[in-house]
Amino acid sequence: MSQPRPDRRDRRRTMITPEGIALPITLASRGSRFGALMIDLIVMTLGFTAFNLLLGLIAALLDLADGKGPSKSPKSDPLFDFLNVAAFMLLFLFRHGYFLIFELGPRGSTPGKRMLGIRVAARDGGRLTTEMVLARNLLRDIELFLPIGALASLAGGGTGNAVILLWLLLFALLPFINRDRLRAGDLVAGSWVVERPRQKLEAVMSSGQTAATGTSQTTGASYRFSDAELAIYGELELQTLERVLRENRHEAMIAVHEAICRKIGWNPGAGDERAFLEVYYTQLRNRLESGMRMGKRKASKHE
Amino acid sequence: MSVVAGRNDAAIAAAALRSDRFRIEREADWKRLEDILDRMERGRISRLADEDLLELPVLYRTVASSLSVARETSLDAATLAYLETLVQRAWFLVYGPRTSLLGWLRRFFGGEWSRSVRAIWPEILVALILMVAGTAVGWLLCAADPQWYYSLVPGQFLDVRQPGASREVLLGTLFGNQDQPQLSVMAAYLFNNNAGVAITCFALGFAFGVPPILLLIQNTTPLGAMLWLYNGQGLTLDLIGWISIHGTTELFAILLAGASGLHIGRSMAFPGDLSVLDAAAKAGQRASVVMAGVLIMMAIAGLLEGFARQLIDNTPARLAVGYGILAFWVVYFFLFRRVPPASEAI
Repeated sequence: MSQPRPDRRDRRRTMITPEGIALPITLASRGSRFGALMIDLIVMTLGFTAFNLLLGLIAALLDLADGKGPSKSPKSDPLFDFLNVAAFMLLFLFRHGYFLIFELGPRGSTPGKRMLGIRVAARDGGRLTTEMVLARNLLRDIELFLPIGALASLAGGGTGNAVILLWLLLFALLPFINRDRLRAGDLVAGSWVVERPRQKLEAVMSSGQTAATGTSQTTGASYRFSDAELAIYGELELQTLERVLRENRHEAMIAVHEAICRKIGWNPGAGDERAFLEVYYTQLRNRLESGMRMGKRKASKHE
Repeated sequence: MSVVAGRNDAAIAAAALRSDRFRIEREADWKRLEDILDRMERGRISRLADEDLLELPVLYRTVASSLSVARETSLDAATLAYLETLVQRAWFLVYGPRTSLLGWLRRFFGGEWSRSVRAIWPEILVALILMVAGTAVGWLLCAADPQWYYSLVPGQFLDVRQPGASREVLLGTLFGNQDQPQLSVMAAYLFNNNAGVAITCFALGFAFGVPPILLLIQNTTPLGAMLWLYNGQGLTLDLIGWISIHGTTELFAILLAGASGLHIGRSMAFPGDLSVLDAAAKAGQRASVVMAGVLIMMAIAGLLEGFARQLIDNTPARLAVGYGILAFWVVYFFLFRRVPPASEAI
């Protein structure tokens, strides 16, 4: 059976909902968070540039409408003032509003996060509040925008740049030195970034004719396993069997069929493996679930 | 309806395992929740019927209880995984941010903001002391050695406002600038700039509060230095008027931003019964409410500095506006004690 990669395994956490239900969740990987950030920065830059171009276009059109041609000193024109103010406000809105507005939406994620299947959630399992989203994004300013802005304005300055790069590095390293991969903003907000799970509802296992009657629909052979024959396996093996049946790969089923037959001392035939496994699965699960209802569980064959 | 029910009954009867029958009986609810979640996650809340939205919390609890039962009775790993996913997705939405911005604003102005400000009063006091100290240090340093003036006051103020400038020159910087162009641009620029300082003040708080202390002092020493300069020509009150018209709001906002930063820093350094992370989170959420307000105050200060200071050209009127607004802030923060209904924050 394929265990999840070690990286994925130590990203698993259990979260308790306010109703007291323990839910397994998976933290977003640092890679996907970095990727999401890059996508968002690109979207922001494009959006901001587009709006600025639009403002510039409006300004140019107004100039032409004036009939005076492009003026050299538009300083006192109230319309230009207005456009200038709009540009400043736009800068502010993009810098502080972009993440805020998207993360406050029902999806809890910016376009970048959505594309990579991750979202923001409250660390304590409670409500993700407006305050949390505010806090985590106010911190983003000193983690990211402030040093980048300083870097741009200092372009080429020696020691200043080194200090700023160190600054950026410190914040970038923070997710690597705490267990839950929190960046400074998550730390102060009480939030974290998790994967958005996807899982389809699979078919019911025991409603097929074969499983229900214990009789193969292809060969007509009837299978009935004794208690001793079912007692050798536990829940772990049942899950493996379930996966083999759901994946429905012929070679895998032949191998598992042979393994079970060897174990219970049957003579493995050929041609009816799926029916055999379906019946064995159903009866094994029935046995284990009956045990569960009585408060007895068997985790694996080693118990 | 009866056709569906009939088919369902047949399916339930056909399933050999009790846990599978349990699943088939409840599957319709699960699918219904999944459908609502799919549509909400695609961002089509407006296209959802009200009944769907109302049903979401009910279905969430139904499916959550299905999960609890299934964990005790079923060994169908795929179904359990599906239920866990479904409950988690629903949990995100049921316990997601309140989507109505208007509702949040109403609560914010209707008590949440002033309550958060009152909650960090010890830090506000400390920040106030630091700012007064910073101003005093600026003054005293310049009084001891005028050379300090050049290193304390930022370049943009170092035009004619230098030690040794005549009274007339200094007066000229305070009055008669009504025809300065681009007032609105100035206001917007100032807002952007000051909001940046405030956010930095707040955000650096998580380094155990040391950076906000430095920032508070650093931002007020130039003030002390300039007060010293104008005092030398007997223009103290006029300078105070020139600064106060917007400064009462702006400096108050910086004070609150610094106090928010200190609040986070203090909570991390002295978390009390909580873990450091929990203490930081709790303080961060409270402080972020204050910060949302600080940004609003900065916008107001930008407007006052960009427009009102140029348009109101005499000291008494400037003082009246500045301290009138200050009185408003103090009353609003400390005397307006309404507790907002259905508060989200702690």
